[in-house]
Amino acid sequence: MRKTCLEEIYNLAKKDKRIVFVGSDLGAGVLSQFKDEIPDRFFMEGISEQHVIGLSAGLAMNGFIPYVNTIATFITRRCFEQIVVDVALHNLPVRLIGSGGGLVYAPLGPTHLAIDDIALIRTIPNMTIVAVSDAVEMKKFMQESVDYNGPIYIRLAKGGDPIVTSANRVFKIGKSYLVNKGKDILLITTGISLQIALKAKEMLIEKGINPGVLHVPTIKPIDKQAIIKYSKIFKSITTIEEGIISGGLGTAVGEILQETDYKGTFRKVGIPNKFSDKYGSQNDLLKYYKITPEDICHYVIS
Amino acid sequence: MLDKKSVEIRKKIVQAVKLSRRGHIASAFSIVEILRTLYEDILHVKPKNPSWENRDRFILSKGHGCLALYAVLANRGFFKESELETFCSFDSLLGGHPEYGKIPGVEASTGSLGHGLSIAVGFALAQKIKHGNSKTYVLISDGECNEGSTWEAVLSASKNKLDNLCVLIDCNKMQSYGFTKDISEIEPLRKKWESFNFDVKEVDGHNTGKLKKVIGKVFEKKKKPHAIICHTVKGKGISFMENNASWHHKSKISDEEIEKLYYSLSSRT
Repeated sequence: MRKTCLEEIYNLAKKDKRIVFVGSDLGAGVLSQFKDEIPDRFFMEGISEQHVIGLSAGLAMNGFIPYVNTIATFITRRCFEQIVVDVALHNLPVRLIGSGGGLVYAPLGPTHLAIDDIALIRTIPNMTIVAVSDAVEMKKFMQESVDYNGPIYIRLAKGGDPIVTSANRVFKIGKSYLVNKGKDILLITTGISLQIALKAKEMLIEKGINPGVLHVPTIKPIDKQAIIKYSKIFKSITTIEEGIISGGLGTAVGEILQETDYKGTFRKVGIPNKFSDKYGSQNDLLKYYKITPEDICHYVIS
Repeated sequence: MLDKKSVEIRKKIVQAVKLSRRGHIASAFSIVEILRTLYEDILHVKPKNPSWENRDRFILSKGHGCLALYAVLANRGFFKESELETFCSFDSLLGGHPEYGKIPGVEASTGSLGHGLSIAVGFALAQKIKHGNSKTYVLISDGECNEGSTWEAVLSASKNKLDNLCVLIDCNKMQSYGFTKDISEIEPLRKKWESFNFDVKEVDGHNTGKLKKVIGKVFEKKKKPHAIICHTVKGKGISFMENNASWHHKSKISDEEIEKLYYSLSSRT
């Protein structure tokens, strides 16, 4: 997914002179082809996230569409005010790409765990938040992102994530997708929690339960209409996210259910609002926080 | 010595705070001559077409000095002078910090310090990519040099050899709490900017003739971004406000104080 995202920036930039790439201090060789072939629109500006966001705002105010990339915690926490003031207040087409969203950087500890990125960005007016589930969806989204009005935060997963979305399905920012029709129980996902939900669905089908799966790649603005519609059909709703449950997908869905006076059961699966005290791998932490297909089955059955 | 126009601009600023009874008056008085020079003699702008593609860009990074910007923009015809009197009122065009997309002539919303220079670097870089000739000017304060983000932007401007960028530093040696030397010493300021590979000049920031001369020639040197340290006095023009930290931001300004301000300015002409 990460590779596809960066490749697409290069492909899009070749065709569209408004597109520029801005990085801080990324891994050696990142987008080297872009740098070699389009050097006047490639900027690696150093470990200076605050500046990188302001510079990108300045470029956007002059007709460019900057795609900005660095590690998710740095592009959200370090320069939060620059995102609010320089990008969102001016409502500019800056695309902020956070590498390693969620628990990807498990071995690197709490400074690198982007568990609060979505919650943070959700508080900012004018911001759009997108977390696609795989490379196929990423490619479609990137093409759609070019002419989208206003700023976008794009959460990247680990890379090499299993492909679970259909190549034929059209992607539209702001839309959710009912991936499995199901009955009674609805699992709502974003980013790679779609993979987790789909595995859980297979396990549940074996037990005679066929849950609906609603994939919500755009967390803000959320597809309110669809959530209201499905809340009238499903008796139980569970949101699954690789992030803190205070402020993320579950909160966004919960706000809508509260407004519509939902009478069914509603559960948020995610990370508690506390710093991680473990390392290991992304999967180790997903198990630790009980965000696995097995855990989802357990919640649904219980 | 302030000329008639400089006194008139300051009177407009006092008039602007008559309703709001608040504002960063001293911060505004510090930069009147710099802004006058820019808008009267330097910037290629079209007040009736503020988004003209080939205009020069100016960002007031020390957004709290906006009263001076508003008075100068109104004087140049970007909007009606009567707007000044609505400053900070509920429906006003003009708030306590300048807003982009709302106020004709304002190129970026500022107010939180340490942002304007990075945006200006983006503007200057955009001109480089487009091979455009428009210049970018940004006014920061010496206190703003406390911000780490300012120096991030300085590194980047220098690396990108933005010789189409001019950073004007309102060096009044004061900030909100008092004198900069007592809060966070920034001297030697010139050496700092030079060591970051800027072309640096110094000028009396209240002398419009000298300002015009220095700013007018600033882009002669190529391959380096430019900085002009403008030596100014916070509260310039009002004896009891000059170098007086309690006037950094004043609220609940009384009738008596308004009268004193007018009297003090009138006695200069």
